[in-house]
Amino acid sequence: MRKVSAEEITKTVRALCISAACDLEPDVVAAVKAAAGSEESPLGKEVLEQIINNFEIAGREHLPMCQDTGIAVFFVEIGREVQLESSLEEAINEGVRQGYKDGYLRKSVCHPLKRTNTGDNTPAIVHTTLVEGDKIKIKIAPKGAGSENMSRLKMLKPAEGVEGIKSFVIETVSVGGGNPCPPIVVGVGVGGSFDKSALLAKKALLRPVGTPNPDNEFDALEKELLNSINALGIGPMGFGGTTTALAVHIETYPCHIASLPVAVNIQCHADRHKEATI
Amino acid sequence: MSEPVKIAPPLTDAVIEKLRAGDKVLITGVIYTARDAAHKRLIALLDEGRALPFDIKGQFIYYVGPTPAKPGAVIGSAGPTTSGRMDAYTPRLIELGLKGMIGKGQRSQEVLDATKKHKAVYMAAVGGAAALIARSIKKAEVIAYDDLGPEAIRRLEVVDFPAIVVNDAFGGDLFEEGVKKYRRVG
Ligand code: SF4
Repeated sequence: MRKVSAEEITKTVRALCISAACDLEPDVVAAVKAAAGSEESPLGKEVLEQIINNFEIAGREHLPMCQDTGIAVFFVEIGREVQLESSLEEAINEGVRQGYKDGYLRKSVCHPLKRTNTGDNTPAIVHTTLVEGDKIKIKIAPKGAGSENMSRLKMLKPAEGVEGIKSFVIETVSVGGGNPCPPIVVGVGVGGSFDKSALLAKKALLRPVGTPNPDNEFDALEKELLNSINALGIGPMGFGGTTTALAVHIETYPCHIASLPVAVNIQCHADRHKEATI
Repeated sequence: MSEPVKIAPPLTDAVIEKLRAGDKVLITGVIYTARDAAHKRLIALLDEGRALPFDIKGQFIYYVGPTPAKPGAVIGSAGPTTSGRMDAYTPRLIELGLKGMIGKGQRSQEVLDATKKHKAVYMAAVGGAAALIARSIKKAEVIAYDDLGPEAIRRLEVVDFPAIVVNDAFGGDLFEEGVKKYRRVG
């Protein structure tokens, strides 16, 4: 067994919170740059250039690229041979507390009804899985509300099949319009149960933008959906244009014979994700 | 692309009448910030027949909740938030003389009707371009509801703050027109 202390997890999480907010990952930067090259609307192109300029300022001056530094969502893979010396969630929350304070990030978490701010951006949302080995892999994907609020889930009838999935995804993007700060990345979870489909949709967003789906059939469906979404004309910030989405990512799981859950998690261009291994 | 129009609040009807959906603008002068929590309090004040914490006539409200300022900085990152959350409160403020709103995303029909009736404009700033936009903010001061933290009402002094007219006072709508132009399906 390998012992991992709470301090080590906290320190790692603190650093991940700050770097995720300020430095965009190269896959997203490359996708927005490619979109700026192909966008047909002059205004849309200008918007994309402003977005690129903003990434660069944020990275260089170490400022949050967006003021909505999000609710902190984590995916943690814990090796079976790791012995945790404290509660994982407490160590992560302490890292969030420190990262959001020391990084001058916005605290955006509140009581659901009273709306009183918790003051330190905790609690985080933590998803854990057990894997082989003696390492802990921590992925952070802070999520702003503009795009999260445009996400939807529907329990389709199995008879609706792939056509039902397509129309629900396209309808969800249409309803969102300019609200989720397009260009967006669309995470789709197909199958599982009500809860599992939402988690699949969120996980789908973790796949680097520009990498293909390993399953040929779903890869083709992703490409088809991307074309249909970009034919909607919503464009950068909803001002009209040929770039509404940068990518569509699908994750699937077997489901009950009587159901077909579909979840669509919309991610804005401030597609922040970082990972570290302890 | 056409050159941006320079405007300076407080805005008169004459300035509003010149703006059209799709125009790029650069705003220089004072603008106020407020999000949903602050709007709720503003409307509560009006319901009680009390005065607002600032004179709203001719002014702009920017829907933003900035990140905390780093030491020595005027403000943190400060991009627009989704305007739709303010829709329920906005028509009343427009009736009282609010002339401009800056945010992102679509507005309700009630807001659009009020902008036409009382000559006001809705503009969008580029969502997520928060570090870039912050550069145009030269001074920031909390003038009400400090307890709301990022949602407090701030008085900002801006120079060449970049925005795009989405809804003009004549019913022009950039979202509708822009999307129609690039739509390639049914
Ligand atoms: S949707 Fe994304 S880019 Fe837009 S304001 Fe929210 S976090 Fe920022």
